Amino acid sequence: MATSTAPARAARKGPPSILLKTVVAVTGLFFVFFVLFHMYGNLQILVGPEAFDEYAHHLRTFGEPMLPEKSFLWVFRILLLASVVGHVWASMSLWRRAGQARTTRYAGKKKTSYGGFYAKAMRWGGLALLAFVVFHILHFTTQTITIDGAHASPAERVISSFAVWWVVGIYALAMVFLGMHLLHGVWGAAMTLGLNTSLQRAEQIRFVSILLATIVVVGFLIPPFAILFGFIE
Amino acid sequence: MKLALKIWRQDGPADAGQMVRYDIDGVSEDSSFLEMLDLLNEQLITSGEDPVAFDSDCREGICGMCGVVINGEAHGPERTTTCQLHMRSFNDGDEIVIEPWRADPFPVIKDLCVDRTSFDRIIQAGGFISANTGSAPDAHATPVPKEDADRAFMAAECIGCGACVAACPNASGMLFMGSKVTHLGELPQGQPERGARVVAMTEQHDLEGFGGCTNLGECTRACPKGIPLNVISQLNADYRRAGYGGSSAD
Amino acid sequence: MTDTVTSTPELIDGVYREGAPIADSKAPGGDIAGKWTTRKFEAALVNPANRRKLSVIIVGTGLAGASAGATLGEAGYQVKSFCYQDSPRRAHSIAAQGGINAAKNYKGDGDSVHRLFYDTVKGGDYRSRETNVYRLAEVSADIIDQCVAQGVPFAREYGGLLDNRSFGGVQVSRTFYARGQTGQQLLIGAYQALERQIAAGTVEMYARHEMLELVVVDGKARGIIARDMVTGEIETHLADAVVLASGGYGNVFFLSTNAMGCNVTASWRAHRKGAYFGNPCYTQIHPTCIPQAGDHQSKLTLMSESLRNDGRIWVPKNAEDCDKDPREIGEDDRDYYLERIYPGFGNLVPRDIASRQAKNMCDEGRGVGPAVDGVRRGVYLDFADAIGRMGEDAVRSKYGNLFDMYERITGENPYQVPMRIYPAVHYTMGGLWVDYDLQSSIPGLFVTGEANFSDHGANRLGASALMQGLADGYFVLPNTIRDYLAKGPFTKISDDDPAVVEAQQTVTSRLEKLLSIDGTRTVDSYHKALGKVMWEKCGMERTEEGLREAIEEIRALKADFWSNVRVLGAADGLNQSLEKAGRVADFLELGELMCIDALHRRESCGGHFRAESQTEDGEALRHDDEYAYVAAWEWGGDDEAPVLHKEDLVYDFIELKQRSYK
Repeated sequence: MATSTAPARAARKGPPSILLKTVVAVTGLFFVFFVLFHMYGNLQILVGPEAFDEYAHHLRTFGEPMLPEKSFLWVFRILLLASVVGHVWASMSLWRRAGQARTTRYAGKKKTSYGGFYAKAMRWGGLALLAFVVFHILHFTTQTITIDGAHASPAERVISSFAVWWVVGIYALAMVFLGMHLLHGVWGAAMTLGLNTSLQRAEQIRFVSILLATIVVVGFLIPPFAILFGFIE
Repeated sequence: MKLALKIWRQDGPADAGQMVRYDIDGVSEDSSFLEMLDLLNEQLITSGEDPVAFDSDCREGICGMCGVVINGEAHGPERTTTCQLHMRSFNDGDEIVIEPWRADPFPVIKDLCVDRTSFDRIIQAGGFISANTGSAPDAHATPVPKEDADRAFMAAECIGCGACVAACPNASGMLFMGSKVTHLGELPQGQPERGARVVAMTEQHDLEGFGGCTNLGECTRACPKGIPLNVISQLNADYRRAGYGGSSAD
Repeated sequence: MTDTVTSTPELIDGVYREGAPIADSKAPGGDIAGKWTTRKFEAALVNPANRRKLSVIIVGTGLAGASAGATLGEAGYQVKSFCYQDSPRRAHSIAAQGGINAAKNYKGDGDSVHRLFYDTVKGGDYRSRETNVYRLAEVSADIIDQCVAQGVPFAREYGGLLDNRSFGGVQVSRTFYARGQTGQQLLIGAYQALERQIAAGTVEMYARHEMLELVVVDGKARGIIARDMVTGEIETHLADAVVLASGGYGNVFFLSTNAMGCNVTASWRAHRKGAYFGNPCYTQIHPTCIPQAGDHQSKLTLMSESLRNDGRIWVPKNAEDCDKDPREIGEDDRDYYLERIYPGFGNLVPRDIASRQAKNMCDEGRGVGPAVDGVRRGVYLDFADAIGRMGEDAVRSKYGNLFDMYERITGENPYQVPMRIYPAVHYTMGGLWVDYDLQSSIPGLFVTGEANFSDHGANRLGASALMQGLADGYFVLPNTIRDYLAKGPFTKISDDDPAVVEAQQTVTSRLEKLLSIDGTRTVDSYHKALGKVMWEKCGMERTEEGLREAIEEIRALKADFWSNVRVLGAADGLNQSLEKAGRVADFLELGELMCIDALHRRESCGGHFRAESQTEDGEALRHDDEYAYVAAWEWGGDDEAPVLHKEDLVYDFIELKQRSYK
């Protein structure tokens, strides 16, 4: 207390927080890229089940004959997995640090809290998304979970699943979480990567994050609802 | 005005502390929030109770010494400092919850007073331009584009009150740090140390135990000087250019 | 100079005695333009290797203290820096709005060191010391260079060069500024330089520490006794020299534009130990402050004087109109009194005149706004004409931030209802007496910035306070203190030296006394009572009768304080009532000395208007033949009359003139 000369403190544990933020941002942007790519594939079903199956097949044969079958897919999967690990680890580290930075909470409650909602959307919402991704892989990739029997064609799997209302419900809910996550995630990534340099630029970033979130949510929800309401059979 | 106050009372740094309720009457709408607390203290002293300790100095919104969390909001419902908040922002009969800044790098000294020397240590780490007295060239030797000078000034308006930390869900000090990095980094005089500065200050910030920014913007909403969030983005950009702390060269 | 009074001289006016005059302020001879160069050359140097063996204590971290701490740290001395706030960045220099003067002549409008020197002496109503003021003007340009180099974001023009404006009625544009936050930006610059030295290990910072006593050993200032305001511990800090940069004492008036914590304790303890107090009655009262709204008020807020450029000041002609909505008072029923009395200058008359006339109007019963203690203290500052002439947008772009500040504090919209203003105490020109080297009458005790008396005479020009603080801290003190330190390191003093023990005991017994009285009145109630006496009787206008009454009232208040004050809690932790009690106790003693000083100076000059000394048409009348001197007061002892030492002011380079604004 006596002087403001730096007291001896325990050294910081772990990487600098801005580095952690950057890991979250970079892996997050990779997910955005992936999600857009994924959405493009899903929309093939509007062209027809054949187009969708062809797209799914191409994912496996991408790069052939230079590369062996499924190699691109596996490289991509490994990258995704590494990104998930990095994204979750860095976010959880920051979450833990935030908890340690305020061990006594406020008794007074704020009337309007912008940050509280988004913070929850990022942290709890992020965990919900992770749970959803696990479900999604078990459902469509490994087919451990089957809704309406096994189907050889990917398009048939999709169409038969989304004909069930509660499956559409689960996916729709997940997309709302994804939308909220992107709404703040794209903004945050731009902030962390140093792109917000003026008030005008902040507006532009806000616009892009709203646009991306909207495109992704709408783009992903068109196929299931189209199936549910019988436009695709 | 008649008010019900719930105030955090804590005897010393090691005490547990608790919320205590005080009823106060005869508060003028024209008095400032701190003058309302002055009145409470006069009444407490007269009745032999220990007055509430709180920090304030200039009481005109510039020194940064005052600051309490009022009903969950740093500096209360208006965008200003606690000393410039007036009681006309409240209604007769209101219940008001008054707490100190809550952040572990700002330990409570007594009641509503906290120790913010962690901010000083962040400045010590690199929040300056090394220019020994007498070594300066003529002030007109280096023109500074007006745009840069204006942005530097905007960032330099920070009063170091700590409301950003108090309001941040992560108790991060990055708006404070970002405003200093932007202030000095926008000026030609600040370039030679720009990389080393951001690395050293960030290191100290983390050492002090502040949380990391999650870009929510609660800080800028609580900031009495309205420092924009883009200073944090500037901090991140400068940190990246400095090699994420791996090398201090810019 | 330090001659002690051998035989007790007779009591004058029943309140003071006169001692030997001060013969020499130690300025070197020769032409005024060469004096500072001569002094810097003649001041002994300290070998860099010896500097780290020499220690300096600096009390206060405002412009004068932080800049001195940084500069002495850079030079390699061991510095210990003290402030009562939680951080050195909070010092009240931060609140200065206007700007800082420097004789750069960047506008090519005929400014020069000599012109700044001349304007400052004239502005000070010929009661400042020529040699010091010239030096101030001389180093002013270096301050700007230094501040720019350390990153102070001054306002710039589109070409990237620094902008200047003219300030306070001066005819050249020499004021550098950073919007309305010049003080803040300069202080943060000095603070950062200080923090850099803290990191480098040359400066040790003691925040939340209050100096409560000066340690004087063998006639030399050798340290301080300070209280750690958090733990309550009484600490002894010893050094080779002590610098007080502890600011002004405007808070003796309770309501002022000073910060809540601003106090005279450091200066006053030094005064009691033998440091002379120079011109204590010279206080500056600023005309454009927001009036007091009620008894709850803890401080007054200043608005920039620039408002008087476009606003018109008036009061109702008839007292019965005072509680009306001002918009309903017809043009014929308004008295634009400054325009009426001073047709030449109108609303732009100097600070002291604008202030005094506002008080006169309110004393006549024509004040406006809420009545506090039965008197309405406020006059209108009306922008209706300006809004009509320039349009609301133009007024907003020029004064928007001030209007917002006014609205936040008063809850009234100044675009629709005329603002109300009233004068408030804002700066104290008086302070501890220092010689050309900024050394007080105690060897080894240096005083810088507002805490000393040296540069502003009886009245301070706008934008000169920041200049003086930084001039003292960056450039003057580091050059003069080395001449003293070159004689050191002085004999080591142990903590149980009788002088140290005595100082410690004074502090502890005083704290114990304050805590043990356990009376019925709060500290603030004494402070308010003292403020009321000072404001009414030693404020804008002073009379023989009023001052005599004030002295009696203050003595009675002081006696009551020491028998009836109530300070709760203990001394072993944070105790804000105890801190305040000590400060108010010192203000009570200072207040008496201010009244004595004001009583003895039977002339009107600058911030000191003596009703008995005015011209036929009510203007201030100076008496250069009798009072062209600095009144340096020596402590006479508890309940003893103070001793006056006169330092004659010799004007070799400037001719004395009476001011006229008619």
